[in-house]
Amino acid sequence: MSKITLAKGLNMGLRKAMEDDPKVLVMGEDVGKLGGVFRITDGLQKDFGEDRVIDSPLAESGIVGTAIGMCLRGYRPVVEIQFDGFVYPAYDQIVCQVAKMHYRSKGRYKIPMVIRIPFGGGIGAVEHHSESPEAQFAHTPGLKVVACSNPIDGYWMIQQAIASDDPVIFLEPKRQYHADKAELDEDATPDPLFSSRVVRQGTDATVLAYGPTVKTALSAAEAAATEGRSLEVIDLRTLSPLDMDPVYDSVRRTGRVVVTHEAHVNLGLGSELAARITENCFYSMEAPVLRVGGMDTPYPASRIEEDYLPDLDRVLDAVDRAFDY
Amino acid sequence: MTNAGFGPDLVEVFGPSQSAGGPELVQLLTPEGERVHHNQFDKDFTAEELRGFYRDMILTRRIDTEATALQRHGELGIWAQLLGQEAAQIGCGRALRHQDYVFPTYREHGVAYCKGVDPLKLLGLFRGVDHGSWDPADNNFGLYTIVIGAQALHATGYAMGVQRDGAVGTGDPERDTAVVAHFGDGASSQGDVNEAFIFAASYNAPVVFFCQNNQWAISEPIERQSRIPLYQRALGFGFPGVRVDGNDVLATYAVTQAALQRARDGQGPTLVEAYTYRMGAHTTTDDPTRYRLNDDVENWKLKDPIARLEVYLRRNGLVDDEFIAEVKAEADELGHHLREGCKALPDPQPMDMFDHVYEEEPQELREQREGFAAYLESFEGAH
Ligand SMILES: Cc1ncc(C[n+]2csc(CCOP(=O)(O)OP(=O)(O)O)c2C)c(N)n1
Repeated sequence: MSKITLAKGLNMGLRKAMEDDPKVLVMGEDVGKLGGVFRITDGLQKDFGEDRVIDSPLAESGIVGTAIGMCLRGYRPVVEIQFDGFVYPAYDQIVCQVAKMHYRSKGRYKIPMVIRIPFGGGIGAVEHHSESPEAQFAHTPGLKVVACSNPIDGYWMIQQAIASDDPVIFLEPKRQYHADKAELDEDATPDPLFSSRVVRQGTDATVLAYGPTVKTALSAAEAAATEGRSLEVIDLRTLSPLDMDPVYDSVRRTGRVVVTHEAHVNLGLGSELAARITENCFYSMEAPVLRVGGMDTPYPASRIEEDYLPDLDRVLDAVDRAFDY
Repeated sequence: MTNAGFGPDLVEVFGPSQSAGGPELVQLLTPEGERVHHNQFDKDFTAEELRGFYRDMILTRRIDTEATALQRHGELGIWAQLLGQEAAQIGCGRALRHQDYVFPTYREHGVAYCKGVDPLKLLGLFRGVDHGSWDPADNNFGLYTIVIGAQALHATGYAMGVQRDGAVGTGDPERDTAVVAHFGDGASSQGDVNEAFIFAASYNAPVVFFCQNNQWAISEPIERQSRIPLYQRALGFGFPGVRVDGNDVLATYAVTQAALQRARDGQGPTLVEAYTYRMGAHTTTDDPTRYRLNDDVENWKLKDPIARLEVYLRRNGLVDDEFIAEVKAEADELGHHLREGCKALPDPQPMDMFDHVYEEEPQELREQREGFAAYLESFEGAH
């Protein structure tokens, strides 16, 4: 067993998928020789060649649109969008074509494409490099959207996403790429891709998080424990479809929920979670579902991004408010 | 007039007015039905091939007029007419081999017919019973694309897949495969089409970009899309472009065949600009009298693709009245098939909307489906 980072987990997962299936291709800007700007595809072109690890022209719509054609020819392209803020030139191809081809062809076209997007902030980047566009894709029927939060999930989830016959938007919390290491057991049996997971058990309130905020939520739970409050933390992992049963179970026990994500609060995933929890757990609730997220502003200049991003204190503050009801 | 507004210096660069297609227009049959020769794209055609072109164009025109009539009778919500573009489509469609794969926009009824798609199936989208009911794998003819230009990228990606399958440049005529992306002059302004050019050039993909320049993007003339003849754009991307008389089925066939063969041989993309004219409205909801001159339409009538071939065939004794009557009878039969078939196309059922959203249906969608089914059932017998 070895200790790996999220970047390494993704890299190993991609490599494994490419070894297992010769139809798997990697496409994107700088993914070849450079190994991607985050080095997630490091070494793949050297081992699999330029026909399978394709350095593309700098054209996002072109990358996704040609990947659709590859799918129609029987390939399984894994597309890298260099940064979250640059997915919008491909937005039309993703929501109008990738998402709808299976439907309008009555299932005759298969689009087993994975669109990898390094997402979220906290790395001190310039504008358009720190966005959280998940709600835009989760709102689109025909797409599936997942977010990994740790090295082990990175390794398994990327392989599962590639194996899925549906198109998957695969979100990678870029500030976690090189942050923490974890022990990988390559013989383990992973959870299913489209499932959420309780990552810390607790009894007083439930904190829902995904991607980069899972770590924030776990730190908040740790801090709360020192003050005698027990928080349960759920890593949603799948954003569309949502896996709500573990969430409902938890909420029925704790009666209080705080949702946290980096994306803007207005019409963010937290709104959907609040609505579903209210519909299903109304009589177990001690307080309304509270949301802690990015402000409803464009992502600010990086010198103040820490104020924009939900942190441990804002999560704890929301937990306190949940207890005030 | 493509060159309208060019100063004298630009005329020097691009040559004289393009209004008749310009001197670079490849033509093998004049509007008067004279056979002319071309130093690069000439070809001999057998009498049978020529009669085949005639028949195909008559039947294609019939598909179009019949569907237009069905729209007028309220059987179709809308129809995208191809009147005037029969030669461009048959010339291109007949140059295809079985394994060549076509990515159409929404007006390629003639190409669909050449690929063996039952024209009745084209009506479903316009009637609103489906989004396209043919199986692309049966005929290597993709579904219609409504978002302008999107399919140029799909074609290019598919062609890149063909390359990876080793299905180019083998010399085996059954195996080597070309891919065609259809689009219009308006689409040439889209980013996706330009990105497709870049990908195709960069990877030398076996794709033929077949642009039917019918002069109009709804109400916007070609001058609003381009200050240079469209085929010349290819040069800027690093592959050849050819302007062919799109009302001349022989020239369109010859040029497209050459472009397809280049692709199959592994020599990369070509842009074919079929210079033609949309004689009808953009769609049945459009009113072209609001934006174009009747004179132009009358001028283009003189270049009718079917009339010129008929003159040539008759003058050379290649057809007789009996053949013409046979084709007409076949067209009548096709018309009947479309009329009766269209009305008989079954409406989809409400529950059908839930089908095929995903390969693997998520539980939450399954629950929504079941909930809606129960809701519908609650009305049964409740009158
Ligand atoms: C992206 C996009 N923008 C606008 C439209 C609406 N629209 C449909 S057809 C059309 C004109 C297209 O012209 P052209 O590409 O020349 O093709 P033609 O219809 O002449 O064959 C427009 C603007 C569309 N379908 N897609």
